[in-house]
Amino acid sequence: MRQIWNFHGGIHPPENKTQSLGQPLAEGPLPAELVLPLNMHIGAPARPVVQVGDRVLAGQRIADSSGGFSAAVHASSSGEVIAIEDRPISHPSGLATTCIVIRTDGLDQWVDANPLANYRIEDPARLVELLRQAGLAGMGGAGFPTAVKLQPRKVVDTLIINGTECEPYITADHELMRSQPEEVVRGAELLAYILGEPEHILIGIEDNKPDAIEAMQRAARGSRAEIVVFPTKYPSGGEKQLIQILTGKEVPSGGLPADLGIVVQNVGTAAAAWDAIVRGRPLTSRITTLVGENLLHMGNVRVRIGTPVQSLLDWIGTQSGAIDRVIMGGPMMGFALPDLQVPVVKTTNCLIVPSTAELPEPPIPQPCIRCGNCAEACPASLLPQQLLWFAQSENFDKLKAHNLFDCIECGACSYVCPSNIPLVQYYRAAKGQIREAQKEKLTSDRARERFEARQQRLEREAEERKAKREARMAAAKAKAEEAESSPAPSTTADETPPQIDTGGVERQLIALKDRLDKLQAKADAADNEDLRNKILAQMKSTEVKIAKLEQQLATTEGQS
Amino acid sequence: MIALITDNAVIFSVLALAGLAITFGAILGAASERFRVEGDPLVAQIDQLLPQTQCGQCGYPGCKPYATAIADGQADINRCPPGGHQTIQALADLLGVEAKPLDAEHGVESEQKKVAYIHEDLCIGCTKCIQACPVDAILGAAKQMHTVITSECTGCDLCVEPCPVDCIDMIPVAEGLAEWRWKLPPSSRELVKNLRPGDLIASDHQDRAA
Repeated sequence: MRQIWNFHGGIHPPENKTQSLGQPLAEGPLPAELVLPLNMHIGAPARPVVQVGDRVLAGQRIADSSGGFSAAVHASSSGEVIAIEDRPISHPSGLATTCIVIRTDGLDQWVDANPLANYRIEDPARLVELLRQAGLAGMGGAGFPTAVKLQPRKVVDTLIINGTECEPYITADHELMRSQPEEVVRGAELLAYILGEPEHILIGIEDNKPDAIEAMQRAARGSRAEIVVFPTKYPSGGEKQLIQILTGKEVPSGGLPADLGIVVQNVGTAAAAWDAIVRGRPLTSRITTLVGENLLHMGNVRVRIGTPVQSLLDWIGTQSGAIDRVIMGGPMMGFALPDLQVPVVKTTNCLIVPSTAELPEPPIPQPCIRCGNCAEACPASLLPQQLLWFAQSENFDKLKAHNLFDCIECGACSYVCPSNIPLVQYYRAAKGQIREAQKEKLTSDRARERFEARQQRLEREAEERKAKREARMAAAKAKAEEAESSPAPSTTADETPPQIDTGGVERQLIALKDRLDKLQAKADAADNEDLRNKILAQMKSTEVKIAKLEQQLATTEGQS
Repeated sequence: MIALITDNAVIFSVLALAGLAITFGAILGAASERFRVEGDPLVAQIDQLLPQTQCGQCGYPGCKPYATAIADGQADINRCPPGGHQTIQALADLLGVEAKPLDAEHGVESEQKKVAYIHEDLCIGCTKCIQACPVDAILGAAKQMHTVITSECTGCDLCVEPCPVDCIDMIPVAEGLAEWRWKLPPSSRELVKNLRPGDLIASDHQDRAA
C-alpha cells in the first residue's frame, strides 16, 4: 500500500453525487445547430480553416491551433458551416466571441480516421503534435492545452492521472472510470510513453467512488499504472493538493508541478488522448453530468461539443415553470450561465439546474467576525480574512505579500464563513485588478518613454531653430558692420575689382587640391602610357586653375 | 617624537581621532562622488505612480512636471483624474500623508478607458492634433489624412480641442474576453437596500427557502 499524505484545510460539503449515478451513460442528442467557440481552452484562440457554406464531416478540423499555446477545434457532427460569427459563450462574463456555427445534416458522417495502433514505434514529439492537432485541452475544468503540458522542460518522474473529482454533484469522471476504465488506463500509459516513461504512474481516486475504483483496479492489472485511493475531502482534486496527497511534495509558490518533475492530467484527458492516437478520433465529445432538481431525469451524457445548453435541457426535459438558473461546473467553483444558448465546451464537466430550495440564493453577508474558520479551511494555507481586508481596501502590495496568487479559488473559505461573505469573489476581483494594474503599468511606462522622447525632440528642435536664428542675426550684423566700415562706393565703381566671396574661393581651392591628389594617385596607378599622359594633362590644367585662384585670393586679401 | 605621542594620552587620542575622522571623511566623500544620484529620486518615484496619460488635467503640462510639483510641495496629490483613487492611495503611501478624495476641480474619475478616433473622411490634414498629442500617437502629415495609433493612445483628450473640423471623437475601448475581470461583490450596504422586512436574520432566509 502506497503512503498517502494529507493537505492543510479542506471541507466536507454534501456530496450530492448519487442522483446522477443511477443511470448508465447515455448518448446525447444531435442538435440542429452546433456552436463551436474558437477559445474553449486557455491561450490563443484557434484559427478557422473552413468558410461559411463549406460542408464538414464529424471529426474534421475546422480551426487550427494558432501557435504552441492553443488547441485545434473539430466539427462534432457532419453538416454545413452556416456562420463564423460572435456568439455568447459559456463564460461568466457572458461576452460573445467568435464561434463556428454548423447546421447538422443528421447523418453524423465521420471523416476517415487515422489510427495508430502501435504508438510505441512513434517519436513522442510526433505524438504530441498529433494531440495538438486533435484539439486536446485539459478536461478537468481549466482547459489547459494538453500538448503544452506534455513538453515539460524538466525530466518527469511522476505522472499523476487525476480521477479525484472532489466537487459535489459532478460525476462525469466517475462515470468515465466505471464505464471506460480500459481507455483511462491505456491513455495513462500513452501519456507516460510521451513523457519518457516516468518512474511512477499514479491514478488518484477519492474513496467515495467504490465502483469506479474496482473497475479501474481491474483494468490496471498488469499495467504500470497504480491506482491510489485516498479519503474524500474537498478540494483534493486541485492539482497542487493532489500532488501533496500522492507524493507529499508541495508545489512552490508561483511554481509549476513540472518544477518538481510531476505532470498531472485529468482522467478525461487521458481517455481522450488514447482516443485521439489509437482510434484516430479527435476530441469532439465529452461526458457531462446533468443534475439538479429542476431536471426530469438526471445522469451522465456523452455530449457533442458545441451542443447548445438549451437543446440539451429540452432533450432531457425540465420541470415545468421557469428555470431559475443553470450552473456550469460544480456548486463550489462553477458559475451561473448568463444565456442558455451557449454551447457545451471541452471543459463542461457538469450542468446543474437546481431548484431554489436546492441551491438557495446566498444570504446577505454580515461583517467578518474574525473567527478564523476560513484560515482553517484554506487548502493553500492562506489567511483568507486578511486577504479580504486587503481586497476591500485595494491594497495590492499586501495582497501580493499574503500570496493572493496561490489562491486556487476553491471556495472552501466562503463555504465555512459564518458571516456568508463571498470571499472568493473578492479574491477573483482583486486578482483581476492586480493583473490590470500590471498591464497598465506597462502601457504607462511606454507612454512615459514616448512623452520623454517627444519632449527631447521638441527641445532639440527649439535649440536648433534658436541656433539658426542666432547665426542668421550674427551674419546680418557682420554684413551691416562691413558695409559701414568699408568706404562708400565711389563714382568710379567699375575701376574697383568685383567683390569676390573669399569663402567660396577657398572652398573651390580645397576641392581642386583634393582633385589633384586623386589624379596623382590615379597617375601612379595607371599602367597605360596613353592614360597616364591624359591624367597628367588634367593635372596640369588643375594646377593652372589653382594658381589662378590663389592669386585671386591674395589680391582680395590685400585689398581688405 | 613617537615616544612623546605614546607617552602622552591626550595627544595620542587626539591624533587617533583625527586619523579616524580623515579616513572616514575620505571614504564618505569618495562614496558620495562615486554613487551620486542624478536628478531627484523622489520625483522619479512619484512619476512611476502617475498613469502617464500626459493629459494635463492636473494643471501641469504632463505627468513629470506634476510629479516635480508634488515633490516640491506645490501641488496636492489629488489632482489626477485618470489615476483616480488608486493613484491617490499609492501617492499617499509613498509620501506618508493622508489620502484624500479626488479634487473635482480637475475632473472626475472614469472607469471606462477611452481612445481617440479620427473620422478619416472628415480629416483635412492640418496636423494640429499631431502637435497636440503628448505621446506621438497620431500618425499623418500635412494634407494627408491622420490616424491614431490606438495601442499608444493614452486617452488624454488633448487632440480633440485643436481639431478645426471636429473630426476626433473619444470612443470607449470595447471590452473583450482578454480584458474582462471579475467585479467586486456588491457591498452589504447595497444589498441591505433591497431587503424585505424580516430578511435581516439569516434563519429567516433559511425558513423561506425551505
